[in-house]
Amino acid sequence: MNVLIGHYNYWIVIFLMMAGLYVVIAQGNLVKKIVGLNIFQASVFILFISMRKVEGGTAPIVTQGVSLYSNPLPHVLILTAIVVGVATTALALALVVRINEAYRSVEEDEIHEQDQSF
Amino acid sequence: MISQHLPILQVIIPLLTAPLCLLVQHRRFAWAVSLAASLTTFLIAALLLDQTLQQGVISYELGGWPTPWGIEYRVDTVNAFVLLIVTAISSAVLLFAQCSVAKEILSTRITLFYTAYMLCLAGLLGITVTGDVFNLFVFMEISALSSYTLIALSEQRRALTAAYQYLFMGTIGATLILIGIGLLYLMTGTLNMQDLSQRLPAVTGTRTVETAFAFLTVGISIKIALVPLHLWLPNAYAYAPSVVSAFIAATATKVAFYVLLRFMFTIFGASFAFNSMPLSLIFTALALAAIFAGSTAAIFQDNIKRLLAYSSIAQIGYMILGISFASVTGLTAAILHLFNHALMKGALFLVLGCVVYRLGMANMEQMRGLGRRMPWTMAAFVIGGLSLIGVPLTVGFISKWYLIVGALERGWWPLAVAVLAASLLALVYVWRVVEAAYFQPPSPAHAGEIREAPRSMLLPTWALIIANLYFGIDTSLTVGVASRAAQQLLGVSG
Amino acid sequence: MRPPIQPHNLVLRIAAKMLIPPILMFALYVQFHGEAGPGGGFQAGVIFAVAFVLYALVFGIGLARAVATERVLRVLASLGMLLYVGVGLTSLFAGANFLDYDVLAQERLEGQHLGIFLTELSIGMTVSAVMMIIFFAFAERGVRR
Repeated sequence: MNVLIGHYNYWIVIFLMMAGLYVVIAQGNLVKKIVGLNIFQASVFILFISMRKVEGGTAPIVTQGVSLYSNPLPHVLILTAIVVGVATTALALALVVRINEAYRSVEEDEIHEQDQSF
Repeated sequence: MISQHLPILQVIIPLLTAPLCLLVQHRRFAWAVSLAASLTTFLIAALLLDQTLQQGVISYELGGWPTPWGIEYRVDTVNAFVLLIVTAISSAVLLFAQCSVAKEILSTRITLFYTAYMLCLAGLLGITVTGDVFNLFVFMEISALSSYTLIALSEQRRALTAAYQYLFMGTIGATLILIGIGLLYLMTGTLNMQDLSQRLPAVTGTRTVETAFAFLTVGISIKIALVPLHLWLPNAYAYAPSVVSAFIAATATKVAFYVLLRFMFTIFGASFAFNSMPLSLIFTALALAAIFAGSTAAIFQDNIKRLLAYSSIAQIGYMILGISFASVTGLTAAILHLFNHALMKGALFLVLGCVVYRLGMANMEQMRGLGRRMPWTMAAFVIGGLSLIGVPLTVGFISKWYLIVGALERGWWPLAVAVLAASLLALVYVWRVVEAAYFQPPSPAHAGEIREAPRSMLLPTWALIIANLYFGIDTSLTVGVASRAAQQLLGVSG
Repeated sequence: MRPPIQPHNLVLRIAAKMLIPPILMFALYVQFHGEAGPGGGFQAGVIFAVAFVLYALVFGIGLARAVATERVLRVLASLGMLLYVGVGLTSLFAGANFLDYDVLAQERLEGQHLGIFLTELSIGMTVSAVMMIIFFAFAERGVRR
């Protein structure tokens, strides 16, 4: 029981990760795949942040009268990873726009058909 | 004074050049300043190799923050070796680039090309030089994103889908690496590589560390394009502009392989990797699959760039086979092949760049009768092909020799036979191209006036080819450094 | 071509007009209070870009593009990156390691303050410029075709 309730954050992470991966693999629409990738990356962010949240700790900025802080390092790492995720999403969407102009479609099977007839 | 700042200058110089190219929208300027930056990084890499061979490990603290808490740049023999080959290939490719890029990329996008190229170079050099695992992740993403951009700059529309697929697989790989790093941080509380290697033995038995190892290995395997995670590689190499194919084929997977070496040997330690986890068995099986599947697929390709891409997959199999021996000789073979394959593939893709410059495409049909009309180009291809097969006097022979010796040391002679058999497969696909070039008349569609490639493109190609031959004959530098690096990684003194 | 502005866009237009200046101010607030509260370069850059995006969404790309031309944005992005590396190189020339803020001013604490301020400013500049470049690149695609 402790595994189920005490580690509920890890269960959420696993659920989101699998959902994201499923969308990436199973969806045919290129834009929906990008959404799946975002869900996958978001699950990793939650993993990092929930790992290091100290119960009762406050934001890691030195103030008077507070002695228990949350660990600031994972937050910085996730901030960087979020920026990387934003850049990746922007790049993927730019590619989809150009693919749409070149192939007149954003469905994976239609694009494969057009390529086979090369 | 500058000599103590070399590790950071290695990364900063390309990082400075990228916004300069973006700011000054002038094509000649962008090329000139990129070439200057690349040659400077080559010089710095050579100096770093020299320094580390004499002094041992070089450590540089960023921001003056002391080591376990601050970001550290750490150069030892393995690092310096990879830095040398990446900067060398980059300089050769940039010398080649001026004419090639003018033909293959839209003129308004050429400054963007140089910006992305410099960012990619900075990312690759950053991955190699850093001693902090999260810094490694950031630089990995920088180089990955810029390589997706570089591939998508091609005029062919199939390059767009290739870049898209590469983006997805690369991002999933990087995210898996991030999970591995997070789990390692969870167990040890540090991100510094040296510190991790010291703190991990205390927590090795736990499932978290084993899971972290698994995530990291799978993530890095996607980046190396180890079979069965190699699906992004053939299209990405085939449809990118020639300069991009040459640069990425010769550097991206090599640097990812270096990351694998770093994680497996420096951070986790060889005893954990090979005794606690069945890595030797898995890697041997996957390496053999890569070698045979890659070589066989290469035989049936019509697009020569795709042929070379499948050949790359096979060569990566050789490198992984070297690691799976878990001995000094095996590791020496792997590191040696890292260097040699970069030289081989860099040269071969530059040769194809010359062909594309004159003929527009590099399919089997374009290669027919080329031996007479572009003699220097095809001669370069022949020598590069001989190197791929592993003929004595070329670098390919040296790495295959060490692989076979490593297999025989371990008593696994079937593997030695497998390496030789794969060389025969390589002979088949190289012969296909050579036969088309020298023994077939040119196809009527291309029977027009085809001149030899311009000198600015032939010179870097031949420079790399001559390096192929030189390091195949005088192996003191490459083998000496590789074996020292292997010994350092395995913790054997001497 | 864009249709003429219709009366039932009125609520959007007025709300946007009221919101955009506070958004810009908030972006600057977040930028400079990165050390004392949640904030810093990246968040501030994104909020700053959002103000321009909101304007372009409600009032049309024309005037927004005239203010934030491609040249201005490109220069801003490059200058941000050059500033960051410049701060690092200044530390190098002053004798310490790269990005060592201690040597940027007479006192150690002032040096750290100045270093963080300049680095966050450069990140804010580059991020806001890049976010706007991305938005305008997508938004103008439809018009060009």
